[in-house]
Amino acid sequence: MTLTATQAKVAPAVLPRSGGLRGALSDLFWRRPQLLLLLMLLPPVLWLGIVYIGSLFALLLQSFFSIDEFSGLINREFTLKTYGDLLQAANLDIILRTVTMAALVTLASAIIAFPIAYYAARYARGRWKALFYLGVMLPLWSSYLVKIYAWKLILAKEGILTWLLAKLHILWLLDGWLSLPIVGGNSLSVSATGTFIVFVYVWLPFMILPVQAALERVPGNLVEASSDLGASPGQTFRNVLFPLALPGIVAGSIFTFSLTLGDYIIPQIIGTSRLFIGQAVYSQQGTAGNIPLAAAFTVVPIVIMGFYLWGAKRMGAFDAL
Amino acid sequence: MRSDRGHSAPLGLKIAATVGLLFLHLPILLIFVYAFTTEEKSFVWPPPGLTTQWFAVTWNRPDVWEALSLSVRVAAISTVIALVLGTLCAAAVSRTKFFGRETISLLVILPIALPGIITGIALRSAFSLADIPFSFWTIVLGHATFCVVVVYNNAVARFRRTSGSMIEASMDLGADGFQTFRHVVLPNIATALLAGGMLAFALSFDEVIVTTFTAGQQQTVPIWMLEELIRPRQRPVTNVVAMVVVLVTLLPILVAYYLTRDGDQIAGSGK
Repeated sequence: MTLTATQAKVAPAVLPRSGGLRGALSDLFWRRPQLLLLLMLLPPVLWLGIVYIGSLFALLLQSFFSIDEFSGLINREFTLKTYGDLLQAANLDIILRTVTMAALVTLASAIIAFPIAYYAARYARGRWKALFYLGVMLPLWSSYLVKIYAWKLILAKEGILTWLLAKLHILWLLDGWLSLPIVGGNSLSVSATGTFIVFVYVWLPFMILPVQAALERVPGNLVEASSDLGASPGQTFRNVLFPLALPGIVAGSIFTFSLTLGDYIIPQIIGTSRLFIGQAVYSQQGTAGNIPLAAAFTVVPIVIMGFYLWGAKRMGAFDAL
Repeated sequence: MRSDRGHSAPLGLKIAATVGLLFLHLPILLIFVYAFTTEEKSFVWPPPGLTTQWFAVTWNRPDVWEALSLSVRVAAISTVIALVLGTLCAAAVSRTKFFGRETISLLVILPIALPGIITGIALRSAFSLADIPFSFWTIVLGHATFCVVVVYNNAVARFRRTSGSMIEASMDLGADGFQTFRHVVLPNIATALLAGGMLAFALSFDEVIVTTFTAGQQQTVPIWMLEELIRPRQRPVTNVVAMVVVLVTLLPILVAYYLTRDGDQIAGSGK
């Protein structure tokens, strides 16, 4: 009697199949994991494939169309004429200016990012480490436009920077810089220097994070070994730290370079009237209505970034991302 | 024991790191001061006086409210779409090895790896080729596309940490696939999804470059701000909105950070 009571409480080792559609589906997915995989991949791949890759092809296609100069209508026939237009001196000027700016911004971000990343990776512990992390994350994620707006406030002629320099009696330094050709202008907020500062500010966190990730992986005793063997701090930096941090710097530069190449809002709000690639694209597709030329213009950063990514991959930068 | 634990950093490094961090933070703090300035026409520093009247003025501006409501609706729907697509993709990529797996991860990352202007103009030219008029849904289409990656990054990191044997154990104990998902997988990835969703929301709420190409005449908050930056109407109102935007985006970032801080590679690193 007691025996049967305990037996009744013990569940059978193998449950009966749960019935219905749900059970059938569950069994099916168990027997054919490929089917489940396919069902899981289908929605995201369809979405990205149609919406994104499809759009990119539409864009590429447009760059082989041309615009009829008299009617302003787009002629949907295959031609390389638009790419010929792209190679005009004025357009090459725009490309050269943008690439130079992107290179300078990348260089400056790397220089400013390194000490922050190195301190966070090697010296900050516990609470401070978290603080450093948030200290980089918050500016990274805070609103892009608000950041640009903040710099408009700072760089304005009547703004805080002029006030500060006047208090320190070094306003002549700023005036001297602004009177220079190319980098100067009426005030910092309408000069190429201003554009440069804002670019560096906005993209800096994108550089700090990968450099820090690369430096975290450098064992501390490597640096000690280097100084034990008689290297000066400068030599340790050149021969040990820098080569090991390089993949991180290259990874960060992918962001700083690519983002500068494609931005059209920063130079529009803070800068001169000389155009960057992004602005050229925007005005060609908007006011000029020349979508083929705009499309051809966007091919430039895609090609540059293609080569850049290829080089970065060879340097092992993707492991540091 | 690490011998550098007792040592403190060289002075030069300390100064460089501190100056770098100040450079990152002071400009944003400045926004908070300007929201209270009495000056209307220029960006004069120091502010001639402080007032809270602009908060009331901003509160009564219908255009600000319309932009805010559009932004919140777009961000909410884009986040939901990104959550579904990103989780599915992450589950597929991290659970199984299959041909073309690398291509899938590249496909997900591409919308943020390429400059926003390319995504924007690509979408716009596709809309014009397919004769799709601009609407609420064209904005969502663009936003969801680049939000997938933040959810994906968070979910992949969490899937990597949870061991597959738990799922097998659940199946061995007699749960079917759906029960396993509901009682084992979902509780494990829930916080990562929440964090990814928060970041996706913040990303969508703040996005301006793609939106300028897909919005037509509608104004999200960033588009409203861009308009004010190019053709200022009432500068103090812009100051107040800027401050509110900083506060609104701060919250999801902090929450996402606390949800994923132990051990996960935290999501934001690839905005």
